[in-house]
Amino acid sequence: MSGVLLKICDGLLHRIGAHGVETYPHECCGALLGRDGDDAREVLELVPLENRRKDSPRNRFEVTPDDVHLAEKIAREKQMELIGWYHSHPDAPARPSEFDREHAWPWYSYIIVSVQQREPRDTTSWRLRDDRSAYDSETIESAAHSATR
Amino acid sequence: MAVKVIIPTPLRPYAGKQESIELQAGSVAEALVALTTRFSELKKHLYSDDGRLRSFVNIYVNDEDIRYLQKEKTSLREGDTVSIVPSIAGGSHIA
Repeated sequence: MSGVLLKICDGLLHRIGAHGVETYPHECCGALLGRDGDDAREVLELVPLENRRKDSPRNRFEVTPDDVHLAEKIAREKQMELIGWYHSHPDAPARPSEFDREHAWPWYSYIIVSVQQREPRDTTSWRLRDDRSAYDSETIESAAHSATR
Repeated sequence: MAVKVIIPTPLRPYAGKQESIELQAGSVAEALVALTTRFSELKKHLYSDDGRLRSFVNIYVNDEDIRYLQKEKTSLREGDTVSIVPSIAGGSHIA
C-alpha cells in the first residue's frame, strides 16, 4: 500500500469547503482525481457530484455506480486516476463515522470537511485499513499550487 | 464457461494487481466463488459477516445490473463480462 500523504492545492481544498457550504445543511460529495505514487498521492481535479441519498441527505451521502462510471471516465480522459472521494459532515466533526467505515472501500482516499453553521472548518483525509477494522489518517499537504501537475 | 471479471481499482491490490481475471463459471455466484477462492483477501471486501454481498458492491453482467436479472443466480455464457462496480456511501455521526 502506498504512503499516507495526500497532496492537494489550497484552491481545491477551498472548493471542497465551498461545495459543503453550497449544499449545507445537506452533505455534499464528489470524486478526487489525480495520481497515486509510491510515497504520496496527489489530488489534481475534483468532480463534484449530486448526493443521491434523498431520504436523509443531512447525515448521509451516496454516489451511484453510474456516477462512479462518470468519474472514472473523466479521470481516463484527463489521463488521471480516480483516487478517492470527498464529502461533508454538516454540523459534525471531520471524523469518519461507523457508517463511513462500514461502507468504505479500501485504497481510496476519503476527504471529509466539517461544515459548522455554513462555515467550512476542519478538513481531514482517511484510508480504510486492509482488514476493514478502522481508518488510518492521511496527512494532508496543501500548497498554493500543485507541484507535479 | 470462460468469463472475464473486471476488478475495480480499489480491489486490485487484493487480486494480484490485475484489472481483470479470466475464470470458468456458469453463474454469477460461481464466478464470485471462483474469484474469492483464488484471491481470498477479496472476500471481506465483497461480503459482509453474514455472507451477503455488501450493499455498495454492485455486480453487472455485460452492463446489466444483476439486481434486475436473477441476482447471483444469473447464468453466464461463454465470453460474458462480469463487472464489480462500486457505489460510494457514508455520512456523519449525527442522527
